[in-house]
Amino acid sequence: MKETIDSLRFRITKRFGAKTVLRDFALEARGRQFITFLGPSGCGKSTALNIVAGLLPATDGEVWIDGERIDHQPPEKRRFGMVFQNYALFPHMTVFANIAFGLQLQRRPAAEVAERVRQMLDLVQLPGFEGRYPAQLSGGQQQRIAIARALILHPRLLLLDEPLSNLDAKLRIEMRAEIKRLHTSLGLTSIYVTHDQTEALSLSDWVVVMRDGLLVQAGPPQEIHDHPVSVFVADFMGFRNFFPVQVTAAGADGSVEAAGNGMKLRGKARQAFAPGASVVAAIRPDDVVIGGDAGRGNAFRAQVDIVEYLGREDEVIVTLEAGRRLWVRTAARLARGENVTVMLPPEKVIFLAAETAPA
Amino acid sequence: MRRPRIGEASELDLMAVGFLLPSVLYVVVMFIYPFLYGIWVSVHPLKVPGFSLANYIAFFSDEYQYKTVGITFRLAVPNTVVVVALSLFLAYNMRRGIWLERTITTILVLPISLGVILLGQGILGFYGGKGWLNQMLLALGVLEEPLVLTHNYIGVMLSLFMQQFPFCFLMLLGYISGIDPSIENSARTLGAGPWTVFQRIMLPLIAPGLAIAFALVFVMSFATFPSAILLGQPSGATRTIAIAAYAQAFEQFDMPYASAIAVIMGLFQLAALLIIIVLRQRMVLAATMGVGKR
Repeated sequence: MKETIDSLRFRITKRFGAKTVLRDFALEARGRQFITFLGPSGCGKSTALNIVAGLLPATDGEVWIDGERIDHQPPEKRRFGMVFQNYALFPHMTVFANIAFGLQLQRRPAAEVAERVRQMLDLVQLPGFEGRYPAQLSGGQQQRIAIARALILHPRLLLLDEPLSNLDAKLRIEMRAEIKRLHTSLGLTSIYVTHDQTEALSLSDWVVVMRDGLLVQAGPPQEIHDHPVSVFVADFMGFRNFFPVQVTAAGADGSVEAAGNGMKLRGKARQAFAPGASVVAAIRPDDVVIGGDAGRGNAFRAQVDIVEYLGREDEVIVTLEAGRRLWVRTAARLARGENVTVMLPPEKVIFLAAETAPA
Repeated sequence: MRRPRIGEASELDLMAVGFLLPSVLYVVVMFIYPFLYGIWVSVHPLKVPGFSLANYIAFFSDEYQYKTVGITFRLAVPNTVVVVALSLFLAYNMRRGIWLERTITTILVLPISLGVILLGQGILGFYGGKGWLNQMLLALGVLEEPLVLTHNYIGVMLSLFMQQFPFCFLMLLGYISGIDPSIENSARTLGAGPWTVFQRIMLPLIAPGLAIAFALVFVMSFATFPSAILLGQPSGATRTIAIAAYAQAFEQFDMPYASAIAVIMGLFQLAALLIIIVLRQRMVLAATMGVGKR
């Protein structure tokens, strides 16, 4: 049985009544990649995954694997593995019976089943757990069993539907590394659904950012992180500061100068903007520098409003002279009411096409 | 639970007793006393002075009386099996919601809210000898003679089914749709087809609810009285044990004998419940092993 795929390709539309949940959502990917669907709840990412799995019918569209069209196959014929947010273990079966379920359906000899279950339990680092029931396991252990249950069949595609969102913060980081390890060591092709950008960035070879059933940006994590194409993606990728401004000058090298709201800003853009265009300047809180010369470009006088202690750093909200609020991450220990100068390094300021800036 | 310390105990107990008193009183006055009184009356027959099991002996030595037990079982068991099986089939297929679900559910709840008498009258009007169904079939020439669907075994079965199916169906629908759909979805992705999913995953998870539904429908069917009188043959084919008790009490005015019959009926119901609960216990054991840590 072939255990890996060379290519995955789909284009799907899904409507529930009058509501379109996925609009021509398309992907083309090579095998052995880790692909993530990233987006806020309700963007259609889980629906897309369920359609790929065959658990939901698409209203329109096609799903192809290695040149074979599979969207009319029932889920049990697709040879995919799936891991669910709430683990979905069979509560009336032992850990052994849960993991062995798929193999037993294939009528494999008992000795082989027992051996492979044992190997799987070693792989997910829960040896000796055969006789337990799901209710006797912690959330993290249940999710490991769910992963073992899916992997024992050597699925040609592994689908993970927010597998970490029910775990606590510490366990989530642990399991994230675990999933990455399994994906790499077993040479899997995986699709991972999440609303957590850290998970998406740390796990993926390819990130697909979704909004309202549409693909808004797809690319390697560094690309999405450094060059978001829209305010929506930028917001999702941790840009907290957005300033609506007008372009005053644009260079051929992508450098842009803009002004508005009593601010003058220099930065860079991937898109070509004509002078006079309405754009949004964006910068991450960690890229803002405290200090500098307020007379020079991109530096502004400000007053500290709120200081949140985060340990190594503080999260600070300052109000600029021009009246705008700015989120800053800094190790400089500031006090409420203090007057400071903030500098927005031009190489860190990006300009994006104007749309409704997030609140 | 925290153990009360010495000195604290009496105060805590008094509080508990104080809060329990009204409900305990209600249960004693409305249920326990009449129940025990019924048993006491049943062992003090009219014709024999003092304690005697004469009424019980009389019931089991009179064929006209003891065959009511068989008649009641012959009504209750098939009715329960049909009601539970059909409810399971429909509820299982409706577990992910269907078109017009709310309307269908409302229609199903109606018979429960109307009461047995109105329902019985409706059945007589529709299925009776001169009812709509027979008139229509005769007029269409499908039948030569009207179908006899009332005042017999079939009539009682129809009535029991209509009363109990909605109740059982809604109960099972709630139970089944409460099972996390990702459980069956994961079974599908592991290679199980719809029938395997039902058999190996869903049925074991539904089993405890199924047992409860079976028990409740059986007990209700076993106690049937108005249906058996209105739509059956209360002196013959559908003379259930409840009718036997009623006849002793209000036709023969032999309260002790009537009480004995009622007690016998209760014991049969209790025995059936016990069997079902024991079976359920066995089925649930595996499903809920060691619940606690999650």
